[in-house]
Amino acid sequence: MSRYQEKSVHRQLLFEKAGFSILTVLTILTVLPIIAVVIYVIVLGSSAISWDFIFEMPMDGMRAGGIWPAIVGTFYLTLGTAIFSVPLGVAAAIYLSEYAADNQVTRTIRLAIINLAGIPSVVYGLFGLGLFVIFLNFGTSILSASLTLSIMTLPVIISTTEEALSAVPQSFRVVSVSLGATKWQTIRRMVLPQALPGILTGIVLGLERAAGETAPILFTGAAFFLPRLPNSPLDATMALPYHLFVISTQVPGMPIQIQYGTVMVLLFFVLIMNLIVTVIRSRARARRQW
Amino acid sequence: MDKIVVENLSLKYSDGTESLFNINMNIKANLITALIGPAGGGKSTFLRMMNRLNDLADVKEVTGKVLIDGENVLDPDIDVIALRRKVGIVFSRPLPLPLTIYQNLTYGLELAGEKRRSVLDEAVERSLKLAELWDEVSDRLKDPASALSGGQKQRLCLARSLVLEPEIILLDEPTSALDPVATAKIENSLVELKKQYTILIAPHNTQQAGRIADDVAFFLQGKLIEFGPTEIIYTRPTDQRTQDYITGKFG
Amino acid sequence: MSKKLKSSEVIITRGIQLSGFSSILFVLMILFFLLYEGIPALFTVPLDDLFSSRWYPIEEYYGIIPLLLGSLVVTLGASMVAVPFGILTAVYISEIAPAWLKEILKPLVELLAGFPSVVLGFLGILVVSPFLRDVLHLPTGLTALTGSLLLGGIAIPTIVSISEDALNNVPETYRQGSLALGLTRWQTIWGVTVPAARSGILTAIMLGLGRTIGETMTVMMVTGNAPILPNSLKVLFMPIRTMTATIASEMGEVATGSPHYHVLFFIAMVLFLFTLAVNIIASKISFSRMKRSERILS
Repeated sequence: MSRYQEKSVHRQLLFEKAGFSILTVLTILTVLPIIAVVIYVIVLGSSAISWDFIFEMPMDGMRAGGIWPAIVGTFYLTLGTAIFSVPLGVAAAIYLSEYAADNQVTRTIRLAIINLAGIPSVVYGLFGLGLFVIFLNFGTSILSASLTLSIMTLPVIISTTEEALSAVPQSFRVVSVSLGATKWQTIRRMVLPQALPGILTGIVLGLERAAGETAPILFTGAAFFLPRLPNSPLDATMALPYHLFVISTQVPGMPIQIQYGTVMVLLFFVLIMNLIVTVIRSRARARRQW
Repeated sequence: MDKIVVENLSLKYSDGTESLFNINMNIKANLITALIGPAGGGKSTFLRMMNRLNDLADVKEVTGKVLIDGENVLDPDIDVIALRRKVGIVFSRPLPLPLTIYQNLTYGLELAGEKRRSVLDEAVERSLKLAELWDEVSDRLKDPASALSGGQKQRLCLARSLVLEPEIILLDEPTSALDPVATAKIENSLVELKKQYTILIAPHNTQQAGRIADDVAFFLQGKLIEFGPTEIIYTRPTDQRTQDYITGKFG
Repeated sequence: MSKKLKSSEVIITRGIQLSGFSSILFVLMILFFLLYEGIPALFTVPLDDLFSSRWYPIEEYYGIIPLLLGSLVVTLGASMVAVPFGILTAVYISEIAPAWLKEILKPLVELLAGFPSVVLGFLGILVVSPFLRDVLHLPTGLTALTGSLLLGGIAIPTIVSISEDALNNVPETYRQGSLALGLTRWQTIWGVTVPAARSGILTAIMLGLGRTIGETMTVMMVTGNAPILPNSLKVLFMPIRTMTATIASEMGEVATGSPHYHVLFFIAMVLFLFTLAVNIIASKISFSRMKRSERILS
């Protein structure tokens, strides 16, 4: 190797080292705020969290008391969203992965799913207002809000489920059919159980998003202040994200502790959901036989 | 007695690859019939016609008939589920399902609605003994099938097709992924099994066909070149191409 | 032997097929409702007014231009943050980070994707906007810049995860080939891997920006909500108002069927068509990539 080449290689390696360092710093700058936010909220919010804060009704125009109706409301909304979006989304993914032929119709379905995923959440809110609240006359209710959130969540569930289904090796399907299974038996007994961890991951991530959304429920089911628990799916309800929006922007003189406490509960919820996803994934990886 | 009668069978895939051209063949019961020939000659396709597994593939056009016990299995109105229970298959790679050994074996029976534990237990033991695997796994039926060795997996797959008490067993290069010892075990099982079953095998190589087959069919580029008893095909074939293939001039 | 499919299997199959088509139905329904409630705006409000530069609904000024430009400014601002940070983070995660670090970084980015937009808005009000106000000596911290920074955070997870997928899908042989020619890893990344993944990265940027323009709560909380017509770069340091925030903050108070109501639906229609276009372009990019790779294989 000539001296010139040696020098050039040396320079290239120095260059590479510098480049890697810059990328490392940029990546740290990207992820550090995420960690900082979590720590910040926990540090400031934990003093606000108490038994009463979680399980009591809000009082004094929400400036005192707890956030129980918002927690329960978010739970109902998430449950309602799951009831509608999970069966529909999983079935649609099964169709795309196991039944659909590669033709124009299927491409149209895929385009529709991509578009559903891209529609702004506030547009979903207007759509829900137009269809569920007014046209179908469900009123401003848990039902209307859940249906709106379901359609918004659908593309997340469909695409993650389809990915999980297509990851199951084709050979399992062939073996199953060769043993006298019908197409549905193969899907139910072989493909779905193998894809289950991936499907669950998609469902949790989809519901996490739905639970944290505010814009779609603004006009379809969220109540500004409702110091009691909803009695039926046709009642409006308080919800955590909307409640946070309200107390941080709409109510003057709101004690900062209550705001931090609410953020902390919301963030805790997100962390739990992400933890569930991580656990499902690592368990599935450990158990997978293919 | 002819178990399978193939009449003028032709097949085209959508992408125009491996096809069958006007195959006529009478396959006898309780014999091992080997399909030999270079790769891509239509052996796998032919095997998968017997239990309509090609329904899963991208097939463009099929003409002709495959009569099993006198019934045309290519008829779109037949019960393919019953057909696949009657005609079992073992693939070239060992493909245990991602279940326990026991569940692999009972999968087909449970699909058919069999729930009685005693029946399942008995079927598992019988088929594992037929595949000469019982002694090795009887004490660990609850283990995942993926924990078995390659040869054990393939014998499990053989046992899995036997559980359904088929009449015909198709084997598509069943020993291509196995070492000689494991191969010998499978071959021994097959020779034993032909007393009860009709066996159609695409062997791993011509030597294997010579060791175990009663009849040999030579496939070349989707055509059946020659078909007859093994000793005749191997010693005095009528077609030059058969001669060349068996003596190793190509393949 | 005769064919007998159990009726339960037939019903299930039918249900699965119907579910498969449901997405098309929903998109059409959404489009229908937006057109149905949005088109009347064109008849009740003169076109000149609709595309004028004054938004003041109480006195029936329905000029949507400031809102359109507001969305545009914030989206462009967010892309300045999210595109470089997102892509470079994806490159780092996919090409440079050791395996154990990947296992930490990926869930962290996913966690960011899970942050509700109100949480980011809340932090924007309490942390980011006072900080910017003090550092830049602004009269208020609730500005387009604040919105851009936070929206950048919302777009980053989308850009990182899709870009990272695209980089991961570049065959290992490309990298090995490049390294075998004596190029450094750094040269391989920028000369081979990133160019090979460029259509996927482009898709990532499009989808990330699609999310940004549709984001509602964060911008509503931190941009100050003043429908001012942006006319210079200074607008970044001033309050601004986006299309999404307008809908969210005003829809609750309008009378159903009023001109204001229809105009809000009209804005939603514009947003919908905009994201539709973005998504169709993004998917065209990824479809064409698929076709090209198929050509290479065949």
